[in-house]
Amino acid sequence: MKRPRVLIVDDSSVMRKIVERSLRQAGLDLGDVVQAGNGIEALAAVREGVFDLILSDINMPAMDGLEFLRQLGTIEAAKGTPVVMVTTEGSESRVVEALSIGAKGYIRKPFTPDQIKERVSPLLEVVR
Amino acid sequence: MNPALDSKIQNPVRPDSTWPSLLDCSAKEVFQIMVQTDLTTISGPIAEVAVGDTTAMVGLAGALCGVLYIRCNSHTAESITGRMLGTGTVNPSEVADAIAEICNMVAGNFKGKITRLADHCMLSVPTVIRGEDYEMVAIADGDRITCCLGYDRSPLWVCLAIHS
Repeated sequence: MKRPRVLIVDDSSVMRKIVERSLRQAGLDLGDVVQAGNGIEALAAVREGVFDLILSDINMPAMDGLEFLRQLGTIEAAKGTPVVMVTTEGSESRVVEALSIGAKGYIRKPFTPDQIKERVSPLLEVVR
Repeated sequence: MNPALDSKIQNPVRPDSTWPSLLDCSAKEVFQIMVQTDLTTISGPIAEVAVGDTTAMVGLAGALCGVLYIRCNSHTAESITGRMLGTGTVNPSEVADAIAEICNMVAGNFKGKITRLADHCMLSVPTVIRGEDYEMVAIADGDRITCCLGYDRSPLWVCLAIHS
């Protein structure tokens, strides 16, 4: 069985660690987990290798999660990779915008491992 | 124009009597989920003036303009970071990052509880100030909501300073 390769994008290194830990606490059998601090770094990671799942913050300096999503859509190798936004945004409009440009779902911070599992598991089932 | 900023002109949101309890609740929820800690509400003279050498702040723009900040001492900040990460020892460089994220989540949680704000107020990327020899001075008249909360045996303050 293939172990999914995951990209976590957040300007907070603490939050990246918490997201990864939460994925593992949720019992998800992950393969390689790569971290990026903003959309620019994330695009570079995507150009270097294929991911089975991307979890991205929205509000980041340099390149935010929405612009990352837009540019991700132009990378042939990334087409079909599910992206879930992990955000503090209480704004429905920003979340709706993310969904309209390709995000498969969103997780609102603060979150529990169970909430991550609920959102992410169906997307990883497709990979398997 | 950004819709959130445009709405400031059309529908500025003013605080009401429910906001202090919503701010208190927002902070408690974030700490319960992310720090696995139940904060307690502190009242009395100690609650009135925020002190401490670690301050994280997030700006708000749009239907509500102001700043939300969390202030505590460095020992509390390190403890919060350790519990967030599930580690006994923390890298000093991660402390500011962790407190900034907590502040960001409290601000997001708070605005999400107020329907008129949720879609019409934007948050800035958080900033952290280290040191305690400073004073927050509002440049214009405005409201201020301060919650003093007990983390273990130490107080921390969650404050919302609103520009009029």
